[in-house]
Amino acid sequence: MLPALPLDEAGKYVAGAYLVFLLLILIYVAIMASKLSKIEQEVVAIAELVERRGSGADAEKAPPRPPPAAPRARKEPVK
Amino acid sequence: MVFFYAPLDADQGFVQKIFYVHVPMAIVALVGFVAGGICAAMYLRTRETKWDMRSYVTIHISVILAVGVLVTGSIWARASWGHWWVWDEPMLVSFLIVFLLYATYWPLRFSLEDKEKQARYASVFAIVAGAFVPLNFAAVRMAEQYIHPETFATTTGGMPGKFALTFVVALIGMALLFITMIKYEMASKHATFRLRALRRKLAGDDDELTLTGRSAAPQL
Repeated sequence: MLPALPLDEAGKYVAGAYLVFLLLILIYVAIMASKLSKIEQEVVAIAELVERRGSGADAEKAPPRPPPAAPRARKEPVK
Repeated sequence: MVFFYAPLDADQGFVQKIFYVHVPMAIVALVGFVAGGICAAMYLRTRETKWDMRSYVTIHISVILAVGVLVTGSIWARASWGHWWVWDEPMLVSFLIVFLLYATYWPLRFSLEDKEKQARYASVFAIVAGAFVPLNFAAVRMAEQYIHPETFATTTGGMPGKFALTFVVALIGMALLFITMIKYEMASKHATFRLRALRRKLAGDDDELTLTGRSAAPQL
């Protein structure tokens, strides 16, 4: 084993080790954040689907409208 | 506590501070691998998918921590021994073997399309690999050639009070971080699968729980 490193030299190794740990956590959190945004998109898509379904069902339930009146036959001018 | 409470090590000096992140991470990762094996055994016993999911997520987080263990250990080795990696050292090589063993867990899962078969094979793998972890650890402790320091050495009197307290706090912190990550991952996976199922159901798909495409992750 080598003799203990002086503080100025050892500091970079200790900082490096703790930075690696911090970086791992940060990468994990970033990946989870992207997953969360995907879940949010999925929720929005489902909400839209439900809304579309709801409006479609309302249209089906509404009483049938009377058929539009047939256009009047134009009288041919008598020659 | 690591920097202001724990005293400087007489032998290694300031470099020894790496110990408080490296060792708790290694212990939690190894315990996580064993816990993954236990969850896998529960899956084989009950055939409930939630146990397969727990096993998968526990191994997943443990592998992430294992990457941290290898990197921080390598940095500590460079500062302490003058080399980034020592191939003659049983502790280092055995941990690398455990890591590489678990790195094959995802390819194994991904290679199987049938979800039931995937869960079964992955569970058998997790149990065998989980049993290998403590056996490997014991074998390494019995090895003669040894320059890696022992954390729970009893012959040398163990750690002095302030070192031990800081280490225990770091270990508890790492364990809590591990549990939080597992809970986070499980919640994310549950939400994703439930939403996909709901979307398919709303879209009028008969087979609403079937995922499109192959996936290594278990399906709820």
